[in-house]
Amino acid sequence: MIDNHLPILQVLIPLVAAVMCLLLRNRLIVTTLAIVVTWVTFAVSAALMSAVLRQGVISYELGGWAPPWGIEYRVDVLNAFVLVLVSGIGAVVATWSPSSISIELPRYERHYLFYCAYLLCLAGLLGITVTGDMFNVFVFLEISALSSYVLISLGQDRRALTAAYSYLVMGTLGATFILIGIGLLYIMTGTLNMADLAERLPEVLDTRTVIVAFGFLVVGVSLKMALFPLHLWLPNAYAYAPSAVTAFLAATATKVSVYLLLRFFFTVFGYEFAFDRMQLWIFLMPLALVGIVTASLVAIFQNNIKRMLAYSSVAQIGYMVLGISFASVNGLTGGIVHLFNHGLMKCALFLALGCIVYRCGAVHIDEMRGLGRTMPWTMAAFVGGGLSLIGVPMTVGFVSKWYLVVAALEQGLWPVAAVVLFSSLLAVVYIWRVVEVAYFEAPSAVEGEGTVREAPLSMLIPVWALVVAIFYFGITTELTAGIARQAAESLLKVAS
Amino acid sequence: MMETIGLYNYWVVVVLMMTGFYIVVARDNLIKKVIGLNIFQTSVFLLFISAGKVDGGSAPILAEGIEIYSNPLPGVLILTAIVVGVATTAVALGLIVRINEAYGTIEEPEIHLEDVEA
Amino acid sequence: MSPSTAVCVAVALPLIGALLVVSLRRWPNAREAASLITGGTLFGVVLSLLPEVQSGARPEAQLVEVMSGLWLAFRLEPLGMLFALVASGLWIVTTTYAIGYMRGHHEKDQTRFYACFAIAISAAMGVAMAANLLTLFVFYEILTLSTYPLVTHHRTENAMRAGRVYLGILIGTSVGFFLLATIWTWHLAGTLDFRPGGILVGRADNWTIGILLALFAFGTGKAALMPFHRWLPAAMVAPTPVSALLHAVAVVKAGVFTVMKIVVYIFGIDLLHDTGLSDWLMYVAAFTIIAASLVALTKDNLKARLAYSTISQLSYIVLGAALATSAGVLGGSMHIAMHAFGKITLFFCAGAIYVAAHKTEISDMNGIGRTMPITMMAFFVGSLSVIGLPPFGGSWSKWFLVLGALEAEKAIFIAVLIISSLLNVAYLMPVVARAFFVAAPETGPSGAATHQGHEVRAKDGSSINEAPGFCLVALCVTAAGCLALFFFADTLYQLLTPIVNVNP
Repeated sequence: MIDNHLPILQVLIPLVAAVMCLLLRNRLIVTTLAIVVTWVTFAVSAALMSAVLRQGVISYELGGWAPPWGIEYRVDVLNAFVLVLVSGIGAVVATWSPSSISIELPRYERHYLFYCAYLLCLAGLLGITVTGDMFNVFVFLEISALSSYVLISLGQDRRALTAAYSYLVMGTLGATFILIGIGLLYIMTGTLNMADLAERLPEVLDTRTVIVAFGFLVVGVSLKMALFPLHLWLPNAYAYAPSAVTAFLAATATKVSVYLLLRFFFTVFGYEFAFDRMQLWIFLMPLALVGIVTASLVAIFQNNIKRMLAYSSVAQIGYMVLGISFASVNGLTGGIVHLFNHGLMKCALFLALGCIVYRCGAVHIDEMRGLGRTMPWTMAAFVGGGLSLIGVPMTVGFVSKWYLVVAALEQGLWPVAAVVLFSSLLAVVYIWRVVEVAYFEAPSAVEGEGTVREAPLSMLIPVWALVVAIFYFGITTELTAGIARQAAESLLKVAS
Repeated sequence: MMETIGLYNYWVVVVLMMTGFYIVVARDNLIKKVIGLNIFQTSVFLLFISAGKVDGGSAPILAEGIEIYSNPLPGVLILTAIVVGVATTAVALGLIVRINEAYGTIEEPEIHLEDVEA
Repeated sequence: MSPSTAVCVAVALPLIGALLVVSLRRWPNAREAASLITGGTLFGVVLSLLPEVQSGARPEAQLVEVMSGLWLAFRLEPLGMLFALVASGLWIVTTTYAIGYMRGHHEKDQTRFYACFAIAISAAMGVAMAANLLTLFVFYEILTLSTYPLVTHHRTENAMRAGRVYLGILIGTSVGFFLLATIWTWHLAGTLDFRPGGILVGRADNWTIGILLALFAFGTGKAALMPFHRWLPAAMVAPTPVSALLHAVAVVKAGVFTVMKIVVYIFGIDLLHDTGLSDWLMYVAAFTIIAASLVALTKDNLKARLAYSTISQLSYIVLGAALATSAGVLGGSMHIAMHAFGKITLFFCAGAIYVAAHKTEISDMNGIGRTMPITMMAFFVGSLSVIGLPPFGGSWSKWFLVLGALEAEKAIFIAVLIISSLLNVAYLMPVVARAFFVAAPETGPSGAATHQGHEVRAKDGSSINEAPGFCLVALCVTAAGCLALFFFADTLYQLLTPIVNVNP
């Protein structure tokens, strides 16, 4: 019986738990509840994934009201995949977080509020992914956005506040643009259900209203996913937020926005309209390429390692969008699998940085001196994630790059292939900067307390679980690339 | 010509939208930005609601003898959107209070200066 | 064990050795024993595969499907067999040498050294046994990454900078060129398997094949084709055992092995010979041969001179591949073994001189033949092999390369080979001559060479101050190997012939 209600449970469980966190003030109970709930949510996602792989698209009517008037939750291979990623990251970070926030959020009696916001954000992101109704997307988008503004503002540095504020302004603009797009589509077709829209839009595709709606949706989604040059909110937001928040958001928030890009332009509008008629790739591909190169270049010069990884994220989003802009099976496979792979990589990297913050207090490159010796496991995890960013074979990063280059070569765009590969070399520069400082220089003297020790096991285990996943999914890609390919084929409506 | 004037609701939406957007971009005071954001969002609300009105339709409440109703759905959507807007404003204002405590000012250039000097 | 298990064991065994080394780090003797035993076992396993390959079998093992249609798989064929034998055999010798060197020099971080060594050998085995380009690329990159800690072993500012050059060039070329070429080949041919006769026939026009060849040749940074050769002299900052095994045997041979394997099994000798698309590569290789030899002449630091000599000798192998004729390919392949033994002897001697007499510059090495006779005799033997004189192995590979040039009707390369042999004489013989025929500087009353003004005497009172015992054993073994290879050249020839006889 539970099986039938999995889609709604996916959102309901974290949502209710968030409210319970608000009511139960005890720190220990709230922490345990959060960890348990996030893992249960992950189990639900896994169950949904296996159900979709077995029986195809799952459709769920909220409250028994049939679509297109009722709200429908619709799970196919693509969003099941994203659900697994988001809930998995949510669970891992929640498990990792208690020690970290005890240092970074000094007022223990307020921790229940942190977990409340965290679970709300998780529920929001999961809701965006699982729903099949356009307005529902907007609602959950705002739920996740508002809670993420709050989470970001909890950082210790006062710049976290201004970062959260500017993210708020830009994020609200983006979400409102999306709302305008949804509204215009509704005006033209009278429906909010995605599948229904896909059927009704072809008749009205030539009207100016629909084209304007398309434009608003493109800009709104680009803003939320930090496509160059609408990425300006990201570096500060990721750099100054608490470590657990950065790790969670970096691995999920922008990925869900990329999912929205796919959903809007392949399922709702259909790729013929989006790419052949509106030539969306002319907009996406150059911006993606410029984003990849400039963000990687800027990352090289950052001294705050969190900021460096934030710019690296902008570059990696560029890879995803590049893959999507090819609008071919290999291109979409590359983009979708990179969505998953990057989530793993960035979460591992930011969690490793969080361990360093836990022990050293900051992540300026000067703090990293000699950490290879004093925090060997943490640095080894950082190197593992870094190798994946570079795209060393046997890591997940390699798999994504492979598909992207194949897709580029298929369309004869060998300069694009060259850019993808040379930007990996830029990643070598900024990762190796950290490696050299950590392994080649002597540990810097810490005033007072004595030498820096390795991070506690409760923090190391989640990090290493992710690193193992990075290598595992780099060696057998059946689960990740195989599923991504299925999703790509269904998006392009290729008969498989 | 008459058609253009007949679409006056959309013109209002456009004016409000651009006004709000301009305020967000051009004003340095954080609270004024929030106000601009609100105006921007309000224009969207008007877009939805005014599009829901059907010619000759009455309020969407079932009653005897009435054949044509206006569309109730946009109203529902906008109620949700208004709540979202209120929540956004609340969070934004909360952030501004904290920024004021931390920086002593809510003018963006001054905040920027403080950060650069730090 | 079955051949396919043996293939997997060959790659896995050194990794287990690395784990053993790390777990035994508190007991140096046990740790070194672990390295030696692993090396011995590995050589045994590899040797057991030799009869299989000689009889025409091609042991295979498929590991895991990485992406659809792309497997991590092994398939041992004669060329890989040769490389595997050379690398695994010389690992034992180098470990012996390293024990003497690292202890004699009181080096730090020895556990990390031996462990990374083992991982690097495992990667070399993976390269040797790769069944397709993907597997080759994977182990090639693992080789680069596992040798980085070895190159930067001393952790000094210098070492860090050298490491940057090393990593920068090797990863830059492999990701920028080699990977691009690999994916392009996948796109054109639909497969990445190494097949006799190549996989590109009829799949692309000549321009594309030419560009692909260039991408592969320059993308194999480990083959040190100019202008991507700078990493080799930079890597000389590493301890000598590292230079010896990795930069005379494993790393550089993995590079030229890759080039040879791609020429034979991806492009196909016939395709290149008929279209003449590898002509430009012959000239690039020839240029590298001559230019590197000339630079070697100018170097006073012995290791630097040997490094440039290596660059030059590697291009012999590339030239052999580029000639795209049977004799050329065979000569180049044989040179993999011949040069390995010759060069490793020379590096062992250089390291021995450093440990025993603390000398690095050739101009300081006058008369050192008196105090280190065994070492310098071995150096002499190694030099003769590198120069290519009988009765040492190097002569056979040069012979076949000359034949290959004749077969390709490119007589100019015969001239190149002769000139470079003369240059080899010019930069190697003076070292020997100085050692034996020039008097030592600052001799004390007893005639023994003095070291910074103090008289140096060995424990038994004689004036010989040789390298540590372990080092001596190692360099004598490799010197003897140079001699033995002259007589075993036919075995090599018989082993390798199948790779050039494609049509049954």
